[in-house]
Formats: sequence, structure tokens, C-alpha cells
Amino acid sequence: MTTPIQMTPPQASKKPVPPAQKEDAMLLQKEMINRNYHELATAHDRGKKVAATFVPGNLNELVMCFDFARSLPETNALQNGMRKKSGKMIMDAERDGHSEDVCTYVKADLGMMLGGEVGPTGEPLPRPDLLLLSYTGCFTFMKWFELIRQKYNCETTMLHVPYQGDGKISQNMRDYVVKQIKENVIPSLERVSGVKFDIDRLRQYMKESAKAEDDLVQVLQSAKKRPSPIDGYFGAVYYIGPIFTAFRGTTEATQYYDVLRREIEQRVREGKGPITPEGEMAEEKYRLVVEGPPNWTHFREFWKMFYDEGAVVVTSTYAKVGGVYDFGFRHDPDHPIESLAEYCLGCYTNLNLPQRIDMICKYIDEYQADGLLINSIKSCNSFSAGQLLILREVEKRTGKPAAFIESDLVDPRYFSPANIKNRLESYFQMIKQKRTVAAGAVH
Amino acid sequence: MSQTVQQIMERCQALFDDLNFTSVKEWKAAVPGRKAIGFMPVYVPREIIHAAGMLPVGIMGGGDQLEVIQGDAYYQSYICRIPRSTLELGLTGRLDCLDGMLFPSICDVIRNLSGMWQILFKDKYVRYFDVPQNYQDGVGGEYYIHEMQVLRDDIGRIAGKPITDDALRASIAVYNENRRAVQELYKYRATKPWQAPTSEVYLVLRAGMVLPVEEHTQLVRDYIAATDAVARPMRDNARIVLTGAFCEQPPLGLIKSIEMAGCYIVDDDFMLVMRMLFDDVVETGDPLDELSKSFLHRSMQTSSKYDEFKKDKGKYLLDSTKLNAGEGVIFAAPSFCDPALLERPMLQAVLNEHKIPYTAFKYAENTGQMAPIREQAGTFADSIKLWSAA
Repeated sequence: MTTPIQMTPPQASKKPVPPAQKEDAMLLQKEMINRNYHELATAHDRGKKVAATFVPGNLNELVMCFDFARSLPETNALQNGMRKKSGKMIMDAERDGHSEDVCTYVKADLGMMLGGEVGPTGEPLPRPDLLLLSYTGCFTFMKWFELIRQKYNCETTMLHVPYQGDGKISQNMRDYVVKQIKENVIPSLERVSGVKFDIDRLRQYMKESAKAEDDLVQVLQSAKKRPSPIDGYFGAVYYIGPIFTAFRGTTEATQYYDVLRREIEQRVREGKGPITPEGEMAEEKYRLVVEGPPNWTHFREFWKMFYDEGAVVVTSTYAKVGGVYDFGFRHDPDHPIESLAEYCLGCYTNLNLPQRIDMICKYIDEYQADGLLINSIKSCNSFSAGQLLILREVEKRTGKPAAFIESDLVDPRYFSPANIKNRLESYFQMIKQKRTVAAGAVH
Repeated sequence: MSQTVQQIMERCQALFDDLNFTSVKEWKAAVPGRKAIGFMPVYVPREIIHAAGMLPVGIMGGGDQLEVIQGDAYYQSYICRIPRSTLELGLTGRLDCLDGMLFPSICDVIRNLSGMWQILFKDKYVRYFDVPQNYQDGVGGEYYIHEMQVLRDDIGRIAGKPITDDALRASIAVYNENRRAVQELYKYRATKPWQAPTSEVYLVLRAGMVLPVEEHTQLVRDYIAATDAVARPMRDNARIVLTGAFCEQPPLGLIKSIEMAGCYIVDDDFMLVMRMLFDDVVETGDPLDELSKSFLHRSMQTSSKYDEFKKDKGKYLLDSTKLNAGEGVIFAAPSFCDPALLERPMLQAVLNEHKIPYTAFKYAENTGQMAPIREQAGTFADSIKLWSAA
């Protein structure tokens, strides 16, 4: 079932934007995210402490054990990007001395603070009582919280998650993360919150996480069907919203993923394609795997370039940035701390380049994709450095065509619609041509 | 007969200019079976490589003389230059003399380059070398000791024999001597910057990236002796600390331009691998444990390392400026260098608090236009002199 809703019209466009259609689960997740912003806005009035932490490698279940309200700066930045607010914030941060070369998530966040600490929904965003720097797969996170700490002078706890340089998680890496959680993170959370750690509470949250993760995987893997009932990139950002942020481990999230899974199963039964902002996609012409985060400032315009051409993204690496669940990992209530360590170590951007290439090749095979599209993000070296080699290797190994476009996360100055559209159209032509050649070879 | 400054500099310049790493090849050829391991900035415990009888070789990018063709094909325009030129060196066979490459944890670009190297140079030993961001002996220390042990085992395998504790202790002693020599050079320059221009000091340090450490220690001491023997004119230059150049190196012309513009560089963060550990590593006891303790408790503050407390931010820079009688700070960061550029506003805030003047610019290792930098540095030096006169 779908319901039309009114999206905020883009500032840059003069034309009125028709109401976007969304699945019920998409609406539900929006409601959850908005509610979290309200909870954050009122947290201090309600006597609650606020923890800020990052999406990849977040310890949401653990943080909930201490009754913290949870703020995720990347989510704040992307929400501001989608609401067309980030451009000014970035420029404000640059005027305040931050380089034009660095991550725009960071600058959007710092710009938001300069602008009076008002969150994406218009409600105030409270100053965090604790910066939980769970530092997975991105060096910028470390600098980001050092920058916030310098401004707010709040307590910061570091969880250093080593990178999988050798393409595996060693026992030493696991022990290091576990030890930090036990000896540094939990004592800090206890000290700042005044709440004593209860491991059974953690186990309970993790049981919920595992259920939601099962459902999420079923939803994401439904795209192996033809036609795919979902878009595994543009649509998936709605699906991953709750589990990658403040909701993993809550019963709300479990319910959300149950509703979502049922909705998608129904679509599969009915043989329907994905829901786009302009309704159900009529014909699935191209099946793509996408590597790299989306652009948020022109999200709908970007998506439209795909669905107008009948292109569906069957799976994406970005949908694994807050946890790679489709190869079997689940939060394990029987080994809660070890499982949190394993989760942090396994996030997508913590994988080395050969692992990322293996994963993409596997996706192309399992999802019967026509090829790989890389959306290279100026802000994000963690994703972007090495992507041109990924492209070559994937083409070489799969024989499927790959293409490369460039944009940014939340800086509208780096979204060039004409260039991107041009490249996408050429890419679709290339896929078509390859198909014709392949069909010719068969006959 | 002792060498003159000119002779020493000619040798260092030749080593610096040689993008074919001839000295490394010659060192290997001198004794059959010798091996060399490359490493990128910022820090690896070179003692482990040395203890295996191998030559650690610092790969600092391709500089401004290398035409990057293949390397550019692997990177978007918004990625810094050092990974491109390093790939170019590798893809053109210039690094064939290396039997392995270490990629220390410094930023996402170098981190990902380790994976690229695994794919592109399948016959070479490649390791991403992580250092702890947790500085407790029982937590980060244990992790780090284990990581060093893995490196020690790997290098021992490549060498064909395990690295003993005694060999490691001996290497620690050799590197302690080198650290002392480099510190002497830095102290000498801070005391008499007109006697040891940074354009020379830099080349002396760069020689240490390719020479055996014992030879480099001697070279540093020879340079100090040679330059001290001949008085040079003292100028009324501004004394500045240069920071941000810890990974991709500025072209030598840029260092010269800063000096020509009226600045004496009295401290910098070039090639931190030589000064990362502040003082001697204990030469007795468990060698990996001692290397770990030095890194955790007595090592340089730099952007790729986490500062545990807010009060620590900028402490090294501030202390160095005061200790070396610095009158200002130049932030010289490579374009698109996340660690340096994200760190910069925090360091600038600390300098503001202490009323220390600064200026900032970006460069790439192949920056060719020095006039704007000379003008900026000159204006900065003039303003320091004017302000201090007032």
C-alpha cells in the first residue's frame, strides 16, 4: 500500500514538486526519525542525558542501557541535506575557517551549531553530554568529535576499531575492541549517565536487534527477484534508517521491520516493482549494483534519473555502511560485548579493498545485475579512495560494464544534474549494447 | 678528511633526486639476499625491519619531478597527490627493489592504498600497520604489541629467520642513536637557524629515508659539524614553526621560498618517523613492550593520533613554539589532506588563545608556482617583525 505525501520542495527548483508516494514503512520510519528528534529536543528537560555517536559501528543497544537520548551527527547532516538546509551550513563553516577540501558532513554539522543548534526538524538539538567516538572505517570521525569537543567541552570516549587491512578480523582486533568497551566505554557511559550497567538489559536489546536484522536481510535480499520489489539504494535508505540509527534494539524497530518485510513480501507475491516518489516503477529495464553513498541534497532528482529510465538498484554497498548483515552476522545476546565488537569491525567501510571488490562481484552475480555504478563522493575518502580500481577489477572479474559518476553528500555545489544524467544515459546505452552483443553471440 | 657542507648537500640532493632508488638497489646488491621494506608516512617501528637485517625505506611520494600518468588514472581530482605518485613509482617499476610495503594508519586514503597495493602488486608483502588510539598499556598497548609481533613474524619469514629479542634490542639502540642525532640537528637549527637552513636540514633528513640508519646517523652528525665550522650570515628573519606537512611532502622549492621570504623554520613536522618517539626507547627488557610504551606515552602529537583530552590539543605545537622561540606558525597542508585540514582550525584556536600569529596555505608535492607562497610567507614574516617591534 502506498500513500502520497507532500515532500519539501527543493529551493533550487521553481516548478512545484508533485507529492511523493511512499510505502507505509517509509512513512513509519520518517515518523520514528522525527520522534527521535523530538526526544532529543526535550531530553534535558526530561532529565535525560544525550549521547552523540556515529552510524558505522554504533553501540546503540549499549547506549540505551544507560537511558541516553541518541543523536547521530551524520544523520543530522543528511536530514539537513534532504531538507535543502546544508548548503548554507557548509558555507558558514567554511567562513568560520574550515577548509573547502574536507568532509561536508562535518561542515554541515559545525555550520548547524553556528546557526544556533537547531536540528533538521526545526526543534533545538541539545548539546551532547557524551561524545561516543566509535570510530569505524573513517578517520574523519575522530577529527569530527575532536572539533565538537573543542566547541562544547564535553566528555569524549573513544572506541578505536582497527581496520581489516588483511581482510579478516583477528582475535587481537576483537580482544582490543572488547577490552575498550569493557574498560573505557561502559565506565564512561555509567559515569555520565549515573546508570549502572545491566548486561541482561543489553541482551534483551540485542535479541530485538537480531530479529530486526533477520527481517532487514529478507527485505534487502528480496531484490534478487525479478522484478525487484524494492530499490536497494534509494529505497533502502529508508529501510536502513531505523536500524542504523537510534532504534536498533528497540521493539519499535522490530515492529517496523516486521511491517516492512510483510509489505515487501506482498509486493513480491503481486509481482510488483519498487515504489518510487512518482509511483510504482512500471518496467524494470536495468538492474544495477551501486557503490558509494547517495547525494542527499538532490535525492529525489537523482533517483528520478534512474526510475525514468527503468533502472532499479538491486543492491548497494551503502546499505551496509551501518552493518553488514547479509552474510550472516547478527547481534548475539549470548555474547553481547563480543558481538558488539564483531559488529563494529565488520561494517562496510572497515573492509579492505579486496573484500569490497569480492562483495560487489558477489552482489552482481547473486542479484543478476547488469553492472556496477559508482557514485563517488567528494567528501568521503573512506569510500572514494580506490574506487577507480574497484571499477576496473569488478569489470574484469564479472565482464559487466561499470560506470562512474561524482557528487557529494550534502554540498549542493557538487551536484551537477546535467553531467550525471548524461553519464547515466550513456551507461544505460552501454548496457543495452552489451546485451545486444551477448544476444547476437548466443544466436 | 671531513666533508664540507657542499659535499654533504650534493650527496643528499642526489639521493633526493633519485626516483629510481639506486642507493637501495646498491645496498641490496652489496650482499646477496638482502631485502628492503618500504613504508609510508607517518610512523612504523623501523627497528623491527632493521632487526631482520633489512633496509627500511621511506616512500614519501614522487615529489615535483615525477610525471604522474598511470597513478592519476586511479584517483579522482579531489584526492591528494601522494597516493597517485606513489602508485606511479610502483607501476613504473621504480619500487621493484622493495620486497614489501607498509601502510601506516594515517588517513583513509593511505589506508585504502594498502588494499590497492595488495591487488596491484600481488607478489609483494603488503601490510596495513595500525597503531592504537587507546593509550593504556593494558588495552591499546596489548593490541599494539600483538600487531608488532605479527609484523615481526612476517618480516622474519621474509628474512628467512626469526627476529630475536637481542636483535631487536640492538636495533632499538641503533635507532636511539639516530633519534638523538636528529634531535641534536633540530636543536642546532633552532639555536642557529642561519647555520642550518631548513632546505638543507630537510635533505639531510630525506637521506635517512633511503640510507641505512647507521650511515644516516653519521651523516647527520657530519652535517652539524660541517655547517658549524663555517660561519654564515645571520639575517633578521622571523622564527616560525611549520606544521601540517607530515605526509605528502612540500616541494623543496616551497621550503626554499619560505626561507627566502624571510622566515627561519625552527621546527616542523617533516618525516615524523624519525622524531615520533621523543626519547630513547629502553634498550633492556621486552623490546616490543618498550617500543609500545614509547609510542603510547612518549610520542609526538600529530593529527593522525587521537588527543584523549581537549586540554591536550595543540600542546606540542604550543610547547614547540615557545621552546624554540617561534614567533609564528605556518600551517602548510597538502590539498585534500583530511587529517591536516581538519586539525588546523583546532590548532589555530589554541594559537589564538595564546596570541601566536599564524598563516595558512595549501600545497601539493608538485606545486610549481612559488610566487604566491613567497608573497604570503613574506607578508607574514614582515607582520611578525612589525608586531614584535611594536
